[in-house]
Amino acid sequence: MRGGEGPSRAPVLQFTNCRLLRGGRLLREDLWVREGRILDPEKLFFDERRLADRQQDCGGCILAPGFIDVQINGGFGVDFSLATEDVGSGVALVARKILSHGVTAFCPTLVTSPPEVYHKVLPQIPVKRGGPHGAGVLGVHLEGPFISRQKRGAHPEAYVRSFEANAFHDVLATYGSLDNVCILTLAPELDRSHEVIQELTARGIRVSLGHSVADLRTAENAMQSGATFITHLFNAMLPFHHRDPGIVGLLTSDQVPPGRHIFYGMIADGIHTNPAALRIAHRAHPQGLVLVTDAVPALGLGNGRHTLGQQVVEVDGLSAYVAGTKTLCGSIAPMDTCVRHFLQTTGCSVESALESASLHPAQLLGLEKHKGSLDFGADADFVVLDDALHVQATYISGERVWQAEVAGQ
Amino acid sequence: MKLIILENYSQASEWAAKYIRNRIIQFNPGPDKYFSLGLPTGSTPLSCYKKLIEYYKNGDLSFKYVKTFNMDEYVALPREHPESYHSFMWNNFFKHIDIDPENTHILDGNATDLQAECDAFEEKIKAAGGIELFVGGIGPDGHIAFNEPGSSLVSRTRVKTLAMDTILANARFFHGDLSKVPTMALTVGVGTVMDAREVMILITGAHKAFALYKAIEEGVNHMWTVSAFQQHPCAVFVCDEDATLELKVKTVKYFKGLMLVHNKLVDPLYSIKEKEAEKSQSSKKPYSD
Repeated sequence: MRGGEGPSRAPVLQFTNCRLLRGGRLLREDLWVREGRILDPEKLFFDERRLADRQQDCGGCILAPGFIDVQINGGFGVDFSLATEDVGSGVALVARKILSHGVTAFCPTLVTSPPEVYHKVLPQIPVKRGGPHGAGVLGVHLEGPFISRQKRGAHPEAYVRSFEANAFHDVLATYGSLDNVCILTLAPELDRSHEVIQELTARGIRVSLGHSVADLRTAENAMQSGATFITHLFNAMLPFHHRDPGIVGLLTSDQVPPGRHIFYGMIADGIHTNPAALRIAHRAHPQGLVLVTDAVPALGLGNGRHTLGQQVVEVDGLSAYVAGTKTLCGSIAPMDTCVRHFLQTTGCSVESALESASLHPAQLLGLEKHKGSLDFGADADFVVLDDALHVQATYISGERVWQAEVAGQ
Repeated sequence: MKLIILENYSQASEWAAKYIRNRIIQFNPGPDKYFSLGLPTGSTPLSCYKKLIEYYKNGDLSFKYVKTFNMDEYVALPREHPESYHSFMWNNFFKHIDIDPENTHILDGNATDLQAECDAFEEKIKAAGGIELFVGGIGPDGHIAFNEPGSSLVSRTRVKTLAMDTILANARFFHGDLSKVPTMALTVGVGTVMDAREVMILITGAHKAFALYKAIEEGVNHMWTVSAFQQHPCAVFVCDEDATLELKVKTVKYFKGLMLVHNKLVDPLYSIKEKEAEKSQSSKKPYSD
């Protein structure tokens, strides 16, 4: 017999009686996990001659890769853009709370702020593995300050800026260190954006186009320089025009570099994007769609007045406005709500809706080998959902980190 | 020999599955007494496997105390290749049931010493006390396992070069590319299967009709290796109507007339649920009287 040699003796978990999302389809397969990774049970059977040490019945639920939110400004009263001495505990609180939304990894997002805020806050948000303590931090998403004044949205005008001569040094001087950063949203029409995009891309930072008045030509040039993402499509950019479709035109552009396609963030909360616009984007370019919450600190708090960055916002139902105006400043719809709304609005398949919140953001970040899929070898970060896509439980590295309260227990 | 004739493929498959189920349960396997089962691959047994899985899922049958021995495997085809018989058994049977991987045996077509692998396989069968029930399918040329026409009828487990017919038939599983089809296989011998206490052969479809005719109405012939089982003391052929097309009306009528008798083999259909219930009842008896 072959026991005792070679591979790990760590316990093997088998999740049974489920439908799991793999290869773009929901399959009646069991999910096998060892040491926090998804295991190929056939290899276990024939090579190691082993069975699972523990089985868990999933009651026929759907198992999907954990959701990844690449744009979230805060939540539960925490504002990531607020320069305090203890940003870490705020991030930790949000990380723990969003487990109930099925989110297993996220990119804390900082809105346009003065340099001293970046210098103080950025070092306090390191990349961090997820676990029972909360969703993993994949890196910070910097949204601004190198954006368009006209399309700044809720970002404070005083801190919006352009690239000075010696542009990349200007970027570094503004932010301090970029070590903890994984996405940077900028307006490509700003002078010298080309060299900034190239520098950032060379450092593995994903460049996103947003808060911009760029025409399609400028956007295509930015993509050729290395940009891969569009920040909340349709919001804070020029409206679609048939003779110049603007940044939106990237979805169907034939000027994108071969072998690549654009990803675009969508706030599918039913407020930031009209359902018809959501359908247009989805039908034009489904595999680039990345669901984001763009959640503000009022997420999870309820109606009333709350602080976002240097401003006050007013929340009413699922809408959040700059106080006293009708300017939208981010969503307060949780990720699972966005997934359900997206599914219902676009009439897309369940598989496609789930991949938009998991596989696509992972691909955007180049993490698809480990995150956003339930393929063998990937991290066992997943979410257990009922048929209506309500989150029943959330797992990180094969460990249950959140569970819905079951009636009668 | 018994010839079981059912209306169609799915009924034939179900009959075979019921028969296997009853045989395992009546054997009463346990930690000191394993039921050893020989198994085939291919499209014919697929539906039979599905039924067995269904029985397991319904709690009527367990494979906990079953040892399996597969008939054959390609040489030099990577084990994880979707057409390998390892993959077949995993995807169509093993991953759905409660069998212990230690109790499954499939020839390793990538072993460095192929003949040693074959000899070891024979030893493992011997160590398991021989095979209780060997289930097999046949090719249109009447081959059992990879015992191609002309194979010795007393052959043991060994390396075989595949017949051109078989290679051509298999090409459809390799994108029609003949150069990708394995040309050699490890296979149990006709003698290995003959040693089983019971042999059940599944034959369905009109394209197997001539082979069935050669198997049971003509003499024992090494060009139709399945005909060897005419000399087996306990052989069951399970077929559908289509497979009987080349048989004499007299043969078909005779065996159809026997179906009333033969159906008793699968009716009543046993379940381990009843066994458990029986056990708990009998243990209670002294107190309830």
